[in-house]
Amino acid sequence: MVARALRDAGMEVIYTGVHQTPEQVVETALQEDADAIGLSLLSGAHNYIFPRISELMKEKGLDDVLLFGGGIIPEADWPALRKVGVERVFPPGATLEEITTYVREAVPKKRGVEV
Amino acid sequence: MSVSRGEAKRLSKTPKQRWLEGVYGPATKRRPERKPRFSTISDDEIEPLYTADDIADLDPHRDLGLPGEFPYTRGVQPSMYRGRLWTMRQFAGFGSAEDSNERFHYLLSQGVTGLSVAFDMPTLMGRDSDDPLSRGEVGREGVAVDTLRDMEILFDRIPLDQVTTSMTINGPASIVWAMYLATAEKRGIAFDRLGGTIQNDALKEYIAQREWIVPVKPAMGLVVDTFRYGSRDVPRWNTISVSGYHIREAGATALQELAFTLIDGLEYVKWGVAAGLDPNDFVPHLSFFFDVHNDFFEEIAKFRAARRIWAREIERRYHPTNERALMLRTHAQTAGVSLTAQQPYNNVVRVTLQALAAVLGGTQSLHTNSLDETYALPTKEAVTLALRTQQLIAHESGVADTIDPLAGSYYLETLTRRMEEGFERYLGEIEGMGGMVEAVERGYPQREITEAAFHFQQQVEEGEKVIVGINKYATGEKTHVPTLEIDPEVERKQNARLQETRKTRDAGRWGESLEALRQAAKSGDELMPRFLEAARANASVGEQVQVLKGVFGEYHDPGYF
Repeated sequence: MVARALRDAGMEVIYTGVHQTPEQVVETALQEDADAIGLSLLSGAHNYIFPRISELMKEKGLDDVLLFGGGIIPEADWPALRKVGVERVFPPGATLEEITTYVREAVPKKRGVEV
Repeated sequence: MSVSRGEAKRLSKTPKQRWLEGVYGPATKRRPERKPRFSTISDDEIEPLYTADDIADLDPHRDLGLPGEFPYTRGVQPSMYRGRLWTMRQFAGFGSAEDSNERFHYLLSQGVTGLSVAFDMPTLMGRDSDDPLSRGEVGREGVAVDTLRDMEILFDRIPLDQVTTSMTINGPASIVWAMYLATAEKRGIAFDRLGGTIQNDALKEYIAQREWIVPVKPAMGLVVDTFRYGSRDVPRWNTISVSGYHIREAGATALQELAFTLIDGLEYVKWGVAAGLDPNDFVPHLSFFFDVHNDFFEEIAKFRAARRIWAREIERRYHPTNERALMLRTHAQTAGVSLTAQQPYNNVVRVTLQALAAVLGGTQSLHTNSLDETYALPTKEAVTLALRTQQLIAHESGVADTIDPLAGSYYLETLTRRMEEGFERYLGEIEGMGGMVEAVERGYPQREITEAAFHFQQQVEEGEKVIVGINKYATGEKTHVPTLEIDPEVERKQNARLQETRKTRDAGRWGESLEALRQAAKSGDELMPRFLEAARANASVGEQVQVLKGVFGEYHDPGYF
C-alpha cells in the first residue's frame, strides 16, 4: 500500500517483496541507485534487522540514502533505532499522506546535507 | 367507479417506493442526511430502509432452511449454542516452548475450551532457529518449534485426548502436525482420539499471508496428502482451515474474503477428488476460518451466506451422501487490522462488537483479540479481558439462548443474498481462468485485494470512513499500556537445545528418514508417514523443508502492488 502511494505520488518504487534479507535489501538499493530505503517489519526482528542494514549501508557507501520504516515496532525501541540511523519510524495508523510527504521532504534534505 | 391515472400509478408502486418518494424524499430535502452516501466498510452502498419488498423473492424453506438442515443458513447444528457454546479458543504462543506451555495451562485454568498455537516466523517459514535468516525472530511473534523435543515441552501435562488443538501453520503444516502426532504416540494416545485443526491453507499464503515455501502446485499436493492421511488415520482432525482471515486482514472487502475463501475451498475439494479421494470421506474434515470486522450486519451476513453457498456448491458438484460434507464449520477471529495503537482501550469495545457479530453469525469457535496487540503479543491481563468478553456475551447478553435470532431481518437477509450474488460473480471470473490455482499464479486475487485496501485507506484519509481516535476524536495524548517482553535469551537457549538434539539423536535413523522423505516426494508417494518417521527421528522442521525445496523448488514473491 505504501509502495502504491509513493508511486502514485510520482516516485519510482522498487518493491522487493517480502522476506528479504538485509543483504538483499541493501544490494537492491545499491543496484537501483535508490534515494531511500523503507522497511515494513512486523516479525519482531527490527532490533536486529535495522542495525544490520545500517551497517551494510555504511560498508557500501550508501551514507546519503534515507532509511525509514514502520510496522509493529514498540515506541520504546525507537530511540535506539534512531541512533543507528533509522530516521523515522511510522506507527500503525500513520497515513499514506504523512509517509509520502515525509519521503518527499526528507530525501532532498538527506542528499543536501550529505553530498 | 373509475380510477384516475394518477391513482393507478400510485397503486402500482410498492410501499417502499411510495414511502421513498412521498415521505422520505421530501423529509431529506428539508433536512439533508449526515452523509451524501452511506456504505458498508466494504463500500457496498446501503439504502435508507429495507422492507418486505426487498426480500419478496426469498423463500425461507429453500434459502434459509432450519438449523441443522440444508442449506444451513441458520446454523450447522440443530440446537446451536443452546446445546453447546462456541469453543472459546485463544490463539497463544510466544518465546520458548516452556513459556507457551505455561500460558496454555493458565488459559485452560481460566476457562478456554480449546488450544490454539501461534508459531514464530522462522517456524512458519520452515526455518530452524539457528538459520541465519531467523536472527532476531526466534520466539518473537509465536513459539519456536524446531524438533519433536520442543513439541513435547509445548504440550507437557496437557491431555491431548481431551483438549482440541488448533495449529496455525501452513507451508510446513504436515511436518508440524506429524510432530504433534509423534508426541501423542509417545504418550500412548491413539490417533483416533486426537482432535484439532491444522491451518494448512496453502492458497491463501500466495493470495495474502505470504508465508510460503514451495510453488503453488506442489503445495497443493502436500495439502491433499494430509487429506488422505487424516480422513483415514486421524478421523477427528480437521486437516485444513480454509482461511479468509488473512485475506481480509490484507485489506480485502467482506465479499472478497468470502468469495476467495470459498473458491479456495472448492479448489481443494477439486484437487482431492482428482487425486482419487472420496468427497464423503475428506470434505467433512475441511473447516473454515473467517475474520470478523467492524461492520456488524455485513459480517453476520457473511457467515450466514458462507454456509448457504458452501452447502449449495458442494451439493451441486458432488451430491455427497455424507451430509457433513455440506456443512461449513468455522472458526472466527476479531479483526486485528481494526485495532488502533492510539487510544488502545477503544479496542475492547471494537472487539466486543465484532465478537457479538461472530456469535450472531453462528461461528463454531472464536478468538477475541487483546487490546494491546498493535504493540506486541498480548499480556496475560489483556488476554484474560479478551476471554471475559466472550464469556460475557455467552452468559450475560442472552444472544446465545435462541438460534439465529436475526433471521428474517429485511436488511440482513438482503445483505446475505447480496453476498451470494457477489460470490457468483467472482466464481465466474475465477473459473474462467481455470480455477483458483491459475488465478493465483496470475496474481488476480492479489491485485483485487490490493485495490480494495488502497481504496479503503483513501476513504479513511479523506474522512469518508471514520476510525475513532484516528481521523476523528483524536487527542494526541499517549496512553501507556503494559506490553509483553520476550526474554532476549530465548534465541540463544533455543539454539542450544536444537544443537544438543542434533548431537544426541540417532544419526543413522535421522538420515534414513530424510532420504525416505526425499524419495517419496520425488515419486509422488504418500508423505505423511514419512514426516511422522522424520519427527520420531528428531529431524528438524528446517531440515525437512530443505528436502521439500530440493524436490519441489522454492516460491519467490512476485511483488504485486
